Amino acid sequence: MNYNVNEKGYYGDFGGAYIPEMLYPNVEELRQNYISVMQEPEFQEEFKELLKEYVGRPTPLYYAKRFSEKYGTKVYLKREDLCHTGAHKVNNTIGQILMAKRLGKNRIIAETGAGQHGVATATVCALMGLECIVYMGAIDIKRQAPNVARMKMLGATVISAESGSKTLKDATNEAIRDWINNPTNTHYIIGSVVGPHPYPDMVARFQSVISEEVKKQLLEKEGRENPDYVVACVGGGSNAAGLFYHYLDKPEVGIIAVEAAGKGIHSGESAATSALGKEGIIHGSKTLLMQTDDGQITEPYSISAGLDYPGVGPMHAHLFRSGRGEFISVTDADAMQAGLDLCKLEGIIPAIESSHALAIFEDRKFKKDDVIVVNLSGRGDKDLNTYIEYFDLA
Amino acid sequence: MNRINKKLQEDKKLLSIYFTAGYPKLEDTVPVLEELVKAGVDMIEIGLPFSDPLADGPTIQESSTAALKNGMTTAKLFDQIKDIRKTVTIPLIVMGYFNPMLQYGVEKFCKECSEIGIDGLIMPDLPLAEYEAHYKATFEKYDLKMVFLITPQTSDERIKQIDAASDGFIYMVSSASTTGKTSGFSTVQTDYFERIAALNLKNPQIVGFGIKDRETFKAATKTAKGAIIGSAFIKTLTENGIEGISSFVKSINYLGASPEDIR
Repeated sequence: MNYNVNEKGYYGDFGGAYIPEMLYPNVEELRQNYISVMQEPEFQEEFKELLKEYVGRPTPLYYAKRFSEKYGTKVYLKREDLCHTGAHKVNNTIGQILMAKRLGKNRIIAETGAGQHGVATATVCALMGLECIVYMGAIDIKRQAPNVARMKMLGATVISAESGSKTLKDATNEAIRDWINNPTNTHYIIGSVVGPHPYPDMVARFQSVISEEVKKQLLEKEGRENPDYVVACVGGGSNAAGLFYHYLDKPEVGIIAVEAAGKGIHSGESAATSALGKEGIIHGSKTLLMQTDDGQITEPYSISAGLDYPGVGPMHAHLFRSGRGEFISVTDADAMQAGLDLCKLEGIIPAIESSHALAIFEDRKFKKDDVIVVNLSGRGDKDLNTYIEYFDLA
Repeated sequence: MNRINKKLQEDKKLLSIYFTAGYPKLEDTVPVLEELVKAGVDMIEIGLPFSDPLADGPTIQESSTAALKNGMTTAKLFDQIKDIRKTVTIPLIVMGYFNPMLQYGVEKFCKECSEIGIDGLIMPDLPLAEYEAHYKATFEKYDLKMVFLITPQTSDERIKQIDAASDGFIYMVSSASTTGKTSGFSTVQTDYFERIAALNLKNPQIVGFGIKDRETFKAATKTAKGAIIGSAFIKTLTENGIEGISSFVKSINYLGASPEDIR
């Protein structure tokens, strides 16, 4: 079976481009050009140079000895938390800003939930001297004040999304509306493997540097390119897509996607899309999404602002439906504890998103000599307030 | 013959009104429809509200949110309008986003529309390629006209594809915008209207987005067959209620317009 996108923009039953005609010229321009632009040697050179000198790649593949001992298996952490701006998000924004320049765009828009993608977009816009407008839900602006300040310091304009539930999905709606209203000079940098084709594939390709590096690094450390399992958290799913990418067609590598169960899958406050979602259309893509029986999109919940997206990228929906991926959901409580455990065991403060991936080891048992790569997608600095409140650390 | 095709043959410019079902109050759907018919509009788009209306500006977003809060659903709408053909004879189109239709079941949705006497559907996020590959046969089985949008950025080549795939009218979006932008029309729009007119498409065009009053209606219908008013109508409904419908429609005054205005 094929786990990558096909020529029509689908991963199995999922994907496509369900967009209003107003967006057609923009999305079509991107679809026709993205592969050829990405394959230009000058593009590749500039992309790799920036990833190396600006982002700080390759990020280490770190053998987490004490963590491994605790769970009786071999765990490597892919240290995306050490990227400039503190998470993997910047891999994609570097790629897309170069794409935008090749397409002659001088105005950049983005959506953001927790603010990580917004910061990563504002960063590359500052780097390239391009105008940057970030849409962020009114509720998130209140919850994530430090990232709002960061974006402003980097020269971005942050616009509050006041529609609907005033969170990530509404910020995405507003960014799409902006694009409709500014069809010629603007590029929309989507932050995850979501949205209309070709976005899921383009973002996955930019993030695929993660597994490209893991292959080389694991060969050095273990004498083989393929681990037994790759594990990553999934909101929209960009860090997971990056880690899974070069292993999609390697059946010997188990793929584990970890979703946020929030306060419990059936608590009514959850973001476990694979368990709770049904096939539908969100932000231009056919995928699994959380919705009412009447097809209205519902608001997910997770303590982690990067995982509370009501859908999941079409690649992940396909991995789920085809059975290629094992989907596990982790509650707020288990994720928070796993995050704190990593601090104490390894001296690394993880983002709460990444803590979800770390939390599976309590219940999901592995063999002693299994080699498992967990994507440590971001660092926990941005989550300090949540950690402080949750564990009463003040 | 489908009521839309019949209406398009009339020798006059057409006024079509969009409103959100279940707004301002849940049970206002039928009273609004009947009042619009009484006021003399030619065609009505019944908006099925959606939680995430990507192509819409704030006015329609807010009316949609309010309607959903009132309890509007696809099943509820179909129940409200099940007897509408006892009183209303003008073309009726359901306009909404694709996800609620998908959840209801495309075939079931089409079948019930047809039983009610709905003539066409506008689904802005169901694009041409997906429609033709998966849904066209079902729409046609129930004689529902799918109405596609074109914009100033749509290439002539694609407009011709859309024209070939359509059998009714083409929804001509006046400018690169979401609904409810009210800056009026400039030469950019009038040039675009004339460019489209010169293509001599088989389907007549009806202009939407940014039509709010007599002036914009006149400008839009200089070359096009008709125009659709949405956000401006929702605003008047919010401010003046159902009682205000008749005077709003009169203010567009197309019925009393001089022949050179409307022909």
